[in-house]
Amino acid sequence: MEAYLAAIGIIAAVYVLLTLGLTLQYGLTGLVNFGHVGFFALGAYASALLAMQGVPLPVSFAAAAAVAAIAAWPLGLVALRLREDYFAVVTLGFGETVRLAITSERWLTNGVQGIPGIPRLFGGVGIEAALATLAAIALACAVAALMLRRIARSPFGRVIEAIRDNEEALKALGKDPARFKLQVMMLGSALAGLAGAFYAHYIAYLSPDQFVPLVTFYAWMAMIMGGVGRVSGAVVGAALLMLFLEGTRFLRDLLPGLVSEVEMASLRLGAVGLALVLFTLFRPQGLMGDYTRR
Amino acid sequence: MSLLIRDVSRSFGGFRALDRVSLEMPADGLLGVIGPNGAGKSTLFSVVSGFIPADAGTVSLDGRTLDRLGPAARARLGLVRTFQVPREFHHLTVRENLMAAAPGQSGENLLGLFFRPGRVAAEEALTAAAAQDVMDFLRLAPVAGLPAGRLSGGQKKLLELGRALMAKPRLILLDEPFAGVNAVLVQEIAARITELNARGIGFLIIEHDLQALSRLVPRLAVMDRGRVLAAGAPAEVLADARVREAYLGGVVA
Repeated sequence: MEAYLAAIGIIAAVYVLLTLGLTLQYGLTGLVNFGHVGFFALGAYASALLAMQGVPLPVSFAAAAAVAAIAAWPLGLVALRLREDYFAVVTLGFGETVRLAITSERWLTNGVQGIPGIPRLFGGVGIEAALATLAAIALACAVAALMLRRIARSPFGRVIEAIRDNEEALKALGKDPARFKLQVMMLGSALAGLAGAFYAHYIAYLSPDQFVPLVTFYAWMAMIMGGVGRVSGAVVGAALLMLFLEGTRFLRDLLPGLVSEVEMASLRLGAVGLALVLFTLFRPQGLMGDYTRR
Repeated sequence: MSLLIRDVSRSFGGFRALDRVSLEMPADGLLGVIGPNGAGKSTLFSVVSGFIPADAGTVSLDGRTLDRLGPAARARLGLVRTFQVPREFHHLTVRENLMAAAPGQSGENLLGLFFRPGRVAAEEALTAAAAQDVMDFLRLAPVAGLPAGRLSGGQKKLLELGRALMAKPRLILLDEPFAGVNAVLVQEIAARITELNARGIGFLIIEHDLQALSRLVPRLAVMDRGRVLAAGAPAEVLADARVREAYLGGVVA
């Protein structure tokens, strides 16, 4: 039971990191990034491949964040000139491109067969290692959350929120929105890359089918349920997402013998979707309230 | 030390919005531009502030040509515009709107933010004090903590002016500062503009409200169909036969 809870905690924390990245990009700045999973994947593969070459884990984790941030740079340069809706489409395309590249570059990623035997954090599969991993990722979440809070309440935060509200007006006042948007893209992607590294070294096996667009949209759901533009909302929303995803497993006990395993998986997804619909209907500002009501 | 607009043209499709427009004013002067709808006033503003490129002609400030600079770069040189329909940062408070406009803040740099917190905090205190001064001057202090989206139309116009002031302007391009503003506030805004102009800040003002504008500015230019018909002292310009025909015909005469 402890192992199960630790596992849920670690995956929830991975989603906290992903959601914090989106909170910075969309919640504060208004950038619609539908390709978050691409940066998550880059971080996961970067850290896994480096670690398997014998690179120490702290270094491979840092590299994961750096690779994701660097990947965001050219994408930002090109895509940030586009209108908001086109930007969303380009990022979605980016996420899928990363997945396709991982699938086809077999020499590097072993394609659909995936990479097994990735070194785990704290060297083991026992409960102690899982708890230590949980502590490490919780610490990473806390540091990231505090950093985001500092940003949100700073002059930088004021400018990115101004971008979200009216970019043209900001230009008229002598600020260059592109510079800020690029930094936000890179920093948010670094968080996704870091999340990927934790994920890779916890699951210990990577394959392209783990990096489908659904991952991006789970993070979006977490953000919306928690409260868009709130750092605390990202944390609460990711926890809530996990509650729905895992809680619905137990639906099976309520519907004994009526549904098959496959039907159950669809039911779970349906339940999560229903939760999101109910949230947007009855609590559109999210659990923690969003940036419009402070 | 002047703003020089020379032979500026701009077309949209087949429509010639600006047709070799030339205007000149001292950078610390006060010039009004009037004209009927579609005369090209707003296009002129967008070209001068760098939001729309001109097809031909040149805009320069103090002899430096601005034609290749974007809006942000022009604003940093002191040429700051406002918008006809206020573009407040609606989720930020009035105070935050003003503080966001202050130039050169080291807290806008992520490295500065995390590695020089002392300097950032000291600058923030100065920026907050400057914002307070602007709010006192424009009588916005009572709504300092309100999200800007909840202000009245007139208050939003004042906020637009306030933000421009925070950006350390030399010359402010005001786009219809009196549109949709009640008569009392019109007087108020006009008085503030006069006061700021006396302190050395220039104003180029587009306006529909001919009465208010001709009382405010010593020089007036009249535009019609993309051209400048006449420019000079308000009384002179308004007496001009072409102006009366083109613009005032059925409206004021």
